[in-house]
Amino acid sequence: MEEQGRPSASEERLRNLLVRGLGGDAPAYHAFLQELSAYLRAFLRRRLVRLPDEVEDLLQESMLAVHNQRHTYDTNQPLTAWVHAIAKYKLVDLLRRRASRDLLTDPLDNTLDVLAASDTEAADARRDVRKLLEQLPDRQRLPIVHMKLEGLSVAEAARVTGMSESAVKVGVHRGLKALASIIRGDT
Amino acid sequence: MRTDDLVTMLATGAGAVEPNQAARRYATATGFGVLGGAMLMVSLLGVRADIAAAALQPMFWVKLAFVASLAAASLLAAARLSRPGRRLAWATGALAAPVIAIWLLSAVALLQADPAQREALFYGETSDSCPLLIALLAAPAFVAVMWAMRGLAPTRLRLAGAGAGLLAGTVGALVYSLHCPESGAPFIGFWYPLGMLIPTAFGAVLGPSLLRW
Repeated sequence: MEEQGRPSASEERLRNLLVRGLGGDAPAYHAFLQELSAYLRAFLRRRLVRLPDEVEDLLQESMLAVHNQRHTYDTNQPLTAWVHAIAKYKLVDLLRRRASRDLLTDPLDNTLDVLAASDTEAADARRDVRKLLEQLPDRQRLPIVHMKLEGLSVAEAARVTGMSESAVKVGVHRGLKALASIIRGDT
Repeated sequence: MRTDDLVTMLATGAGAVEPNQAARRYATATGFGVLGGAMLMVSLLGVRADIAAAALQPMFWVKLAFVASLAAASLLAAARLSRPGRRLAWATGALAAPVIAIWLLSAVALLQADPAQREALFYGETSDSCPLLIALLAAPAFVAVMWAMRGLAPTRLRLAGAGAGLLAGTVGALVYSLHCPESGAPFIGFWYPLGMLIPTAFGAVLGPSLLRW
């Protein structure tokens, strides 16, 4: 698509990591997400020059989307196009939401504030995931806490919570989706 | 929350992902759609009484081939629209080809017909009900295909909704063709696509709200 200048070596490398991750290779999947987040941060920062505070939140939301939708990646497809479409979807979504909100509150901002601040470090997102997790019902929160934060396996998490294995899996999946929608602010 | 922590959280215990989920969702959805549409058709309309005789007529098969090839093309289109970063590409051509073919056939049929017969060829006997019945029989498929697409990740929601609606419409038409007594190419080339466009329009209208993720 419109994405250019990204060396095809990194496309190849990331694609490889993702394909291995989809096959169940956890370290490869972790490496994929980590590298991808750096690329996506740069991508979003270039497009959100006027909204620097939104970059990290949108990045996290895009990463959640990549994770939740990883089953829609077709391994014959260029990874760049897939990731770009997801990030663009989330970006457009954010801008549309802001546009409808800004029209109600403040006038369109046209000052040249591009150079008002520079940041090379990732600002921490304003929302704390642990606080967000507290908003989820137990059947979603506990599987996420045990599996995603404490690193238990499905079977272990099922034993600790007294839930069935499939309930744990469903809880993680639905919980992550719910987190995404809380981050997006539509509750 | 740092993004690195989020990444770690997402990666922990992520496990393997079942391959071909899109194909399986669409197989399930079209299966349900055909089944639901067929049950509606049999209970409300009934299979045409002369189906055994009709099956000997080439136009019966032309009609079926027209609808089936449109259904296959819209299935491909819907599947492509369900994946981020996939373009319609040749699916557009695959959708246009059967329509162009039936229109060419219609032109030939109309030109060869006696001018007094042309109106009858176009309107047939059931043009009043045909598009609406196709839309009605498409309803189960519409629900099923929207379900399938909601579990995937369409990014152009209006277009994706239209694609899902078109797939439902072709499924409805496929079922309807077993009831429909018409055999004129001009009839099939106009009223059938019109019926398919009803769920397509519904899909385009509902897509942005139904398919959001």
